[in-house]
Amino acid sequence: MTWRGWAEIAFTLGLSAALAWPLGLYLARLWRGQSTWLDPLLKPVERALYSLAAVRPEEGQGWSAYAMAILTFNAAGFFLLYGILRLQAHLPLNPLHLGGLHPALAFNTAVSFVTNTNWQAYAGETTLSNASQMFGLTSQNFLSAATGIAVAAALARAFAAHRGETLGNAFVDITRATLYLLLPICLVFALILVALGTPQTLAARVDVTTLEGAKQTLAIGPVASQEIIKQLGTNGGGFFNANSAHPFENPNAWTNLIEEVAMNALSLGCVIAFGIVGLARREARILVGVMLALVGVAAACLYAAESSPTPALASAAAHAAHVLSGPNMEGKEVRFGAASSAVWTAMTTGASDGGVNAMIESFTPLGGGVALFMIKLGEILPGGVGSGFFGMVVMAVLAVFIAGLMVGRTPEYLGKKIEAREVKFAVLATLLLPVALLGFAAAAAALPVALRSVSTAGPHGLTEILYAYASAVGNNGSAFGGLNADTPWWDGTLAIAMMLGRFGYIAPVMAMAGALAAKPRLEPSAGALPADGPQFASLLVGVILILGGLQYFPALALGPGVEHFQMQQELGR
Amino acid sequence: MRLLRPVLVLLLALSALTGLVYPLTVTGLSELALPFQAQGEVLRDARGRAVGSRLIGQAFTEARYLHPRGSAAGPTGYDATASSGTNLGPMDARLIVRVAADAKVLARTQPGAAIAPDAVEWSGSGLDPDISPQNAAAQAPRIASARGLPLETVRRVIAAHTEGPALGFLGQTRVNVLEANQALDAASRATLDG
Repeated sequence: MTWRGWAEIAFTLGLSAALAWPLGLYLARLWRGQSTWLDPLLKPVERALYSLAAVRPEEGQGWSAYAMAILTFNAAGFFLLYGILRLQAHLPLNPLHLGGLHPALAFNTAVSFVTNTNWQAYAGETTLSNASQMFGLTSQNFLSAATGIAVAAALARAFAAHRGETLGNAFVDITRATLYLLLPICLVFALILVALGTPQTLAARVDVTTLEGAKQTLAIGPVASQEIIKQLGTNGGGFFNANSAHPFENPNAWTNLIEEVAMNALSLGCVIAFGIVGLARREARILVGVMLALVGVAAACLYAAESSPTPALASAAAHAAHVLSGPNMEGKEVRFGAASSAVWTAMTTGASDGGVNAMIESFTPLGGGVALFMIKLGEILPGGVGSGFFGMVVMAVLAVFIAGLMVGRTPEYLGKKIEAREVKFAVLATLLLPVALLGFAAAAAALPVALRSVSTAGPHGLTEILYAYASAVGNNGSAFGGLNADTPWWDGTLAIAMMLGRFGYIAPVMAMAGALAAKPRLEPSAGALPADGPQFASLLVGVILILGGLQYFPALALGPGVEHFQMQQELGR
Repeated sequence: MRLLRPVLVLLLALSALTGLVYPLTVTGLSELALPFQAQGEVLRDARGRAVGSRLIGQAFTEARYLHPRGSAAGPTGYDATASSGTNLGPMDARLIVRVAADAKVLARTQPGAAIAPDAVEWSGSGLDPDISPQNAAAQAPRIASARGLPLETVRRVIAAHTEGPALGFLGQTRVNVLEANQALDAASRATLDG
């Protein structure tokens, strides 16, 4: 570990927080329907879309209508993407004449992109045509992110409402997030990525002859345009199999910084925007602080774990006179090393992004364990775009409820009384995830049909299984890549887990938002717990760690825990 | 179904905007303004033949060249259409045996030189274009003797293709293998001509 590594971690997190501020201010204008400086260009497009789609933008929707609009939009997106992937062979922009995906893989991939998970059961460069990458995957990268932002907007309005009945219009929220926020940022930063070395071409292959006379074929394509939305929308599905470890997706430290900041800044920005729209700026700052603090701790743990000795290097030292002690470089790129890989991994697992710049399966047991733990904390640190914010609000509601029980008062959050109905929905949302995760993982650990895909036995194999379902349920999408996930069992169960994790969470959150909106907004009373101080922050951290930690502790102990002690024993020999 | 029309129209229109108009715009602008980067930073030799991408690692086995890291891309490594890491866990016997065997070989071919972790541990993409300066330094004597060049010349070439961290602290110091190998060939030619 070096001062440079620590400086890199601090700088990356600090820059994400700094950029979240202007993003949040801009997002709040969008959520309130205020004008932006892009209006002269985009307002006509927006109006044309509404008239074509018969959307009346001023017409608000109640929580159930809003939720139905979101679910129908995503269901239609699923069918469109499934069709594109199945019919790939007959569509244009397919220079390699790749065939359609088989049904299980197309199902898994379509669910994966619509739910903002972007689990890769396929290898992009050998499975998908440029048409599938662009019209299929890139577009769902935008629309699934816009869906998350829309739900966040609805929840923010619920807190601001005083006996309100509507939460805004889902179609307007999705359209405005896509047109005014995601597209302009991506257009600019895609070009910056190209300038820094990420390719962008409609060709699919380049042939070269090496200096030694051997032939090499390079897979290439429209990488940059997908790379930036993959990160900005916390999607994470790479153009290539190796994702952001691939030098075309992520050529150097500058692209790495842009891609890291992109995957946290907008999620944090959603919280800032909530503070403005929900009339709770100080409370929003506390949520941002808790998110950043926990990501920072995770990055520090990962950096320390990946800088520690491994059995592989110890065995090298037994056979050669002088082996430099160094970080665990298996699965890592030289241009990134331990520090860049650590901070990226903390951010990607905290943010439900799932893009990787190093192979997490080859991390030390504690490093891989921290990544797994971050996903299990519920993808709220800072979580996916929009979804991280509403997940965090669920935690905050539970925190004030538990605090209310302890002191014997009716809990309030942001001027809204938290009563049985809201708490039931919050608990429903948070319970569904561990039930799905542990249920599927237990079944997979017992069934031979599932175990055939697991790359190794023992605690590492268990971690591989747990990681796959955690990643699916948390809509993260990163993996212990040794798992052979393209089999009917894994394609199917992981797709179900992804849908539960996304829509099984959004539905109760929307119901909770509806219940909150209908309540009167109260002036803070002397008896209410203030939600803008260090006391509330520590309570919230406690609830997050207890909910995320205790539910999964036995599984974590048997996977990464056991492997860690096995490794220490091996190193001590 | 009052929902059907807005859902279908917005889905198709926004998909076309984000999935066709946007990527094709970026492609057009990149090909116009940044053709070298847009097409993968392919390097050419003196006669204009493409020898590889500056960004994508290649296999080098001859003693006169810098050798890259080990690669799990494709069955024999450095298949740039099949990026992949080994995905072996830290306790995996296959990893430990492989690293020990590679260290034994390096101890023989580069006697007395220190072994850097990246020389025996494989990259995440299988296409890492770089090696660490320590890894390159260990290979310098072998390259110098294979080419009949002074060790100082080889070291100078390696140093010229070593890049430090961005802003002094982002990322790691690295040596680009393909660029350094092209420069080593040039240095050999210059010696012959001279």
